[in-house]
Amino acid sequence: MKSATFWRIGIVVGFVGLLEVLCFVGVIPHLTMQPPHRIVIDLVKMLASGALNAAIAKTLGNAAIAFVIAVVTGVASAIVIHQFERVRDTLDLVFATYYAIPVFAFYPLLIILFGLGDAPQIFIGTMLGVVAVIVNTLNGLDRVPRVFLKTAKMGHMSAVETAWRITLPCAAPYILTGAKLAVAYSLIGIIGAEFIMSTGGMGYEISFAYNNFDNAIMYPLILLILIVSITINALLARWEKKLMNRRGLR
Amino acid sequence: MSSKLPLNAVVSGKVDTVASTETRSAAQDFHIPDGLRNGVTLVVALLVFWQILYWIVGEVALRSPLETLGFTAHLVTTGQFWVHLTETAQAFGLALLLAVVIGLAIGFTLGLNGAIAEVLEPMLVAVYSIPKITLYPILLLAFGLGMSAKVAFGTIHGVIPIALFTINAVRNVKRVYVKTGHVMRLNPADMIARIVLPAAMPEIFAGIRIGFSLTLIGTLLGEMFASQRGLGFLLMNAIGLHNIDLIMALTFLLVVIAGVSSSLLLYLNQRLYGRA
Repeated sequence: MKSATFWRIGIVVGFVGLLEVLCFVGVIPHLTMQPPHRIVIDLVKMLASGALNAAIAKTLGNAAIAFVIAVVTGVASAIVIHQFERVRDTLDLVFATYYAIPVFAFYPLLIILFGLGDAPQIFIGTMLGVVAVIVNTLNGLDRVPRVFLKTAKMGHMSAVETAWRITLPCAAPYILTGAKLAVAYSLIGIIGAEFIMSTGGMGYEISFAYNNFDNAIMYPLILLILIVSITINALLARWEKKLMNRRGLR
Repeated sequence: MSSKLPLNAVVSGKVDTVASTETRSAAQDFHIPDGLRNGVTLVVALLVFWQILYWIVGEVALRSPLETLGFTAHLVTTGQFWVHLTETAQAFGLALLLAVVIGLAIGFTLGLNGAIAEVLEPMLVAVYSIPKITLYPILLLAFGLGMSAKVAFGTIHGVIPIALFTINAVRNVKRVYVKTGHVMRLNPADMIARIVLPAAMPEIFAGIRIGFSLTLIGTLLGEMFASQRGLGFLLMNAIGLHNIDLIMALTFLLVVIAGVSSSLLLYLNQRLYGRA
């Protein structure tokens, strides 16, 4: 094992151990937080009993839908935007300031527009993720070697075929960077929206448990979200690195 | 288009090193007069879109741009609004200060020290990717309701991007500069103040720009969930009361504040890149 990995594991273990001790001694009161081993036990119990499976499935399902929409529409619109320099110049302003705008402020409007179902949440998740995908895809499209495009022209490829066979594979590592961000953003969007106003999902359950001092549900759910987002992110990062290495980009 | 080609060439080469979310062009094409022209086009396009959406959706959910502007003008004259605005500004200012100070401290420590960075940087990236909104209950339990929880929430949103950008920036400082510093026997404080910071400034500023946005969002979210004052609270309250005039006016104000300050920072950032 590499020594950096070793240290990293050591730090995490040390941190968890510290929490354990602080809880045991009583520096952190039981009402505030339960010791880590209790949280893990509660998480296993919660998953085994299946009481919250519906909420978990709802949140992760919605996040997955938001993610897919964000990636598909993001890549498609980037390909279109890339063709029109003037549009792109104008939109660059939007992209640069987009993440400064609190998207959640639009949630009430979305609820009125779409009703209190899953749609406004998915919309928020997509809205947060799509710009990261567009920006990174544009970045990738800029780096497609001219020679490849000329070759495609010589081979009389259609526009769709060129995009499918040449442009997209070339831009793939950059698109993946955008997708990685979109995973995080769609989760943030969905859970945040559930926090603010909804009738189900992990975000809702966490805020409900918080309001009722129900630590046996709140902490395991938080832990589960952390595990899911970190795992997905790590997997995508690994894939991205592999692609980058193969292209000799890193 | 051709008039700005040389500048593009200069800027793009540098911006490329920044990070994945900031493209070559996002930072690049925003300058007068093209930037101004694009900005005007954009504002007009957004207003037209808004008006058309209003015609489609109607009074139930939206107000027209003109009505919103009118209500905003009225809102700004009320004393109550300024109390909330001041509260938000204080919380945001404090959160930003903390995020910048802590972010730079982490960034310089890890940027100058490869071994520590190898261990800690992946952890920072992992923490960056988690939906921090889920940590909110924990922060509330730790800090209690009110100012400190808001500030903490804003800070944890902003601190990691600032740290990650700074690490990269410090690492990209030319070895020659650092060696020169060693030859001159600068102590670590002088080394940072006189060599590393000036050399890495544009990239660090790019990090602070992103940290600025995220800190603002974090502070507002903090106010939305558990607070009795501030613009976020006002917005949440308006949602509860289904007060569309107020929702529209606040959303409009927040977008304007965020958009204008972000554009300003972007402009400053480009001047820094241009000089470096």
